[in-house]
Amino acid sequence: MRPSPVRLLNILVPVKRAVDYAVKIRVNPQQTGFDLNVKHSMNPFDEIAVEEAIRIRERLKDAVKSIKAVTIGPPKALDTLRTALAMGADSSIHVEIPESAPSPEPLAVAKTLQEIIKRQKDGVDLVILGKQSIDDDLGMTGQMLAGLLGWPQATFASKVDIDVAKKEAVVTREIDGGGEEIRCRLPLIVTTDLRLNEPRYASLPNIMKAKKKPVEKFSPGDLGIDYTPRFETLKVAEPPQRVGGGKVQDVDELVAKLKEAGITAA
Amino acid sequence: MLSLSRCTARSISLRALRAHHTQRPPLNSVTEHDLAHFAKFLDPPAILSTLPPVSLPADELDQFNNDWMGKYHGSSTTVLKPKTTQQVSEIVKWCNERCIGIVPQGGNTGLVGGSVPVKDEVILSLANMNKVRSFDPVSGILVADAGCILQSLTDYVAPHNHIMPIDLGAKGSCQIGGNVATNAGGLRLLRYGSLHGTVLGLEVVLPDGTILDQLTTLRKDNTGYDLKQLFIGAEGTLGVITGVSILTPPAPQASNNVILALPSFKNVLPLYEIVKRQLSEILSAFEFIDRTAYDLAVKHGQGRALSDQEVEGAECFVLVETSGGRREHDEEKLADLLESLLEAEKPLINTGVLAQSPAQFASLWALREGVTEAVSKEGKPYKYDISVPLSTFQEVVDGTREHLRSKGLLGDHAVKHVIGYGHVGDGNLHLNIVAESYTPEIQDALEPYVYEVVASHRGSVSAEHGIGAMKTHALHYSKSDVSIAWMKKIKDLFDPHGIMNPGKVLE
Ligand SMILES: Cc1cc2nc3c(=O)[nH]c(=O)nc-3n(C[C@H](O)[C@H](O)[C@H](O)COP(=O)(O)OP(=O)(O)OC[C@H]3O[C@@H](n4cnc5c(N)ncnc54)[C@H](O)[C@@H]3O)c2cc1C
Repeated sequence: MRPSPVRLLNILVPVKRAVDYAVKIRVNPQQTGFDLNVKHSMNPFDEIAVEEAIRIRERLKDAVKSIKAVTIGPPKALDTLRTALAMGADSSIHVEIPESAPSPEPLAVAKTLQEIIKRQKDGVDLVILGKQSIDDDLGMTGQMLAGLLGWPQATFASKVDIDVAKKEAVVTREIDGGGEEIRCRLPLIVTTDLRLNEPRYASLPNIMKAKKKPVEKFSPGDLGIDYTPRFETLKVAEPPQRVGGGKVQDVDELVAKLKEAGITAA
Repeated sequence: MLSLSRCTARSISLRALRAHHTQRPPLNSVTEHDLAHFAKFLDPPAILSTLPPVSLPADELDQFNNDWMGKYHGSSTTVLKPKTTQQVSEIVKWCNERCIGIVPQGGNTGLVGGSVPVKDEVILSLANMNKVRSFDPVSGILVADAGCILQSLTDYVAPHNHIMPIDLGAKGSCQIGGNVATNAGGLRLLRYGSLHGTVLGLEVVLPDGTILDQLTTLRKDNTGYDLKQLFIGAEGTLGVITGVSILTPPAPQASNNVILALPSFKNVLPLYEIVKRQLSEILSAFEFIDRTAYDLAVKHGQGRALSDQEVEGAECFVLVETSGGRREHDEEKLADLLESLLEAEKPLINTGVLAQSPAQFASLWALREGVTEAVSKEGKPYKYDISVPLSTFQEVVDGTREHLRSKGLLGDHAVKHVIGYGHVGDGNLHLNIVAESYTPEIQDALEPYVYEVVASHRGSVSAEHGIGAMKTHALHYSKSDVSIAWMKKIKDLFDPHGIMNPGKVLE
């Protein structure tokens, strides 16, 4: 489809503003969700995705033409884009939804990304996403996007090697009890696992530069995407409180307590 | 009864001797007879002893007998873990009558050998006195047992939007009573001041067993001598702190931090001036780490490292923290500062990194807080915690290194690193000498050298860690004869038998 021989890589990195993982989550009194009035930051798996894109550029140098970050979120999600830009992304897209809107569901997000990819003049060769976002833990956006686009997917990546000339990637995936190495053709969807890399800090000069990097804005209407939720949340509740243990005086008491709790020797 | 009269006789003869500042006669060891007495009011698990009838193997007491650095070793036979102030009182009363030395022990994270016995004193651990007594979310006044771990108190007040006025690297183990007993400084002193200001009241068991209840929750109380101040920083030599009333500030709504890489130490001071001026009320910490300290922290996995590019050409680093009430306001102020630092004609900094998330915030702090731990993993540390004029920090570190070199003690066989880090905002330098092992040669090369350097700058030989067993002989470098004489009088007044933490603070 794209016959140019010196094909350069264009990388898209979707990032999400999520409640920071260091914050203690509190369920709201109405039990409809949790308290969002807390510190947010970039979803850690997305941070790994941005880092990986930058490392690919550091390895492949000029063969990487662009790294673009995209977020779907409220006005404050702009901070998350700025972080991605400060880490080293070149430009960004903000699909802005109202502050009070519920967090979009994976299918809607995947459709948004599909639409954005369609609109990129130079095309997209590699999408690197977090394997899940730590707020709703759904873990399916990358797979859905691969399905919609009909592209190969390499999920739970712990190592990514790109061969631009061959238009191929060798990806190590985290699987139960070890790793699985797969070879895929570009364009490709990669979702990141924790061991892929350790994201860098944003350096001061780069933070300053990031302020001047472009942010293209869309509304859901511009892209023709409907964010009406398909799921209905019935109730959100805290896990049951752990009840503290007690001390026993001797073995007899212990045995008695165990019997009381219905535990007997087999 | 026999033992009682022996002790009384001794204290009478002592009175005559003390005018000449003679050493007190040796204290008594704990016996089975004493254990039997303790067993009358303490539960069996509260008595750990190698003596019969408990007869634990000696290694069960190792964690109490050895200090955090593995430098000081006691040979106590008995650890008592009372649960109530009343029990503490009974223990102390008995030990006073029997002339048995007592070492109050908190988290045993002290860095000057104050928390372990010099001989076989009883160790009185506060670990089982770990309940919060009250917290008033309106005033922020917290009253807690002395054995509460600092981190657990931080967690306790957090949901009420308050923080502890003190924070330090040992927070997961050290106790509030230990903090007060050492008048620990730590990372928030710049913002919230010393414990002499934030501690509102104390409950103390005096060396004769009397309970001194000064556990007020009043912010203002000018009714004569403020006795509690004597116990703050007394390192357990005047009594056992059993309860603490402390003022906790409201939690800042927004915190940020940056680590700045500096090409030269000379830039630290001018940088501090600029940062203070531009950040004013939101500046909450200004910490200094030299390159070697930074490298050790990274080597031992304390926090995520900066990239090679960022550390290249850096002689030292500064961590700046802001805490304030409004995120946008603080971020703008900080951004303005950073921009002006980067764009200055002659920049004071090479570069730096700004935390983008609470996780990164914690990671940057870990690089600074982790130095203490990294140093211990690297080798055997000689720790000098000194106050000297800020402008002399580097000179003191470099001077010490050169001094050791001139003695042929620098190198893998003896001293591996000489590093400096500390609380610039408080004029407090941590000079650490990391050795392969503790040896008399290194010890003699360092002392009195370091203390003389400190004295030449009219500094303090102990800025925040205290005197403990490590610096009793060096007290005179920072305190006049008159001061020391009055300290001795106070000690004798409270503790005529000399049972409270013997061999510590005063010789
Ligand atoms: C990693 C690390 C970082 C540190 N950082 C700092 C720092 O930034 N600033 C700083 O000032 N210090 C620092 N310290 C040293 C500091 O003094 C201690 O960590 C802490 O204040 C001591 O508390 P603790 O409960 O461990 O007391 P311990 O070590 O058990 O005891 C210290 C002294 O206080 C006495 N004592 C303890 N509890 C009581 C009590 N209830 N009543 C009477 N006397 C008592 C002991 O007898 C001893 O003399 C650090 C230590 C470590 C290991």
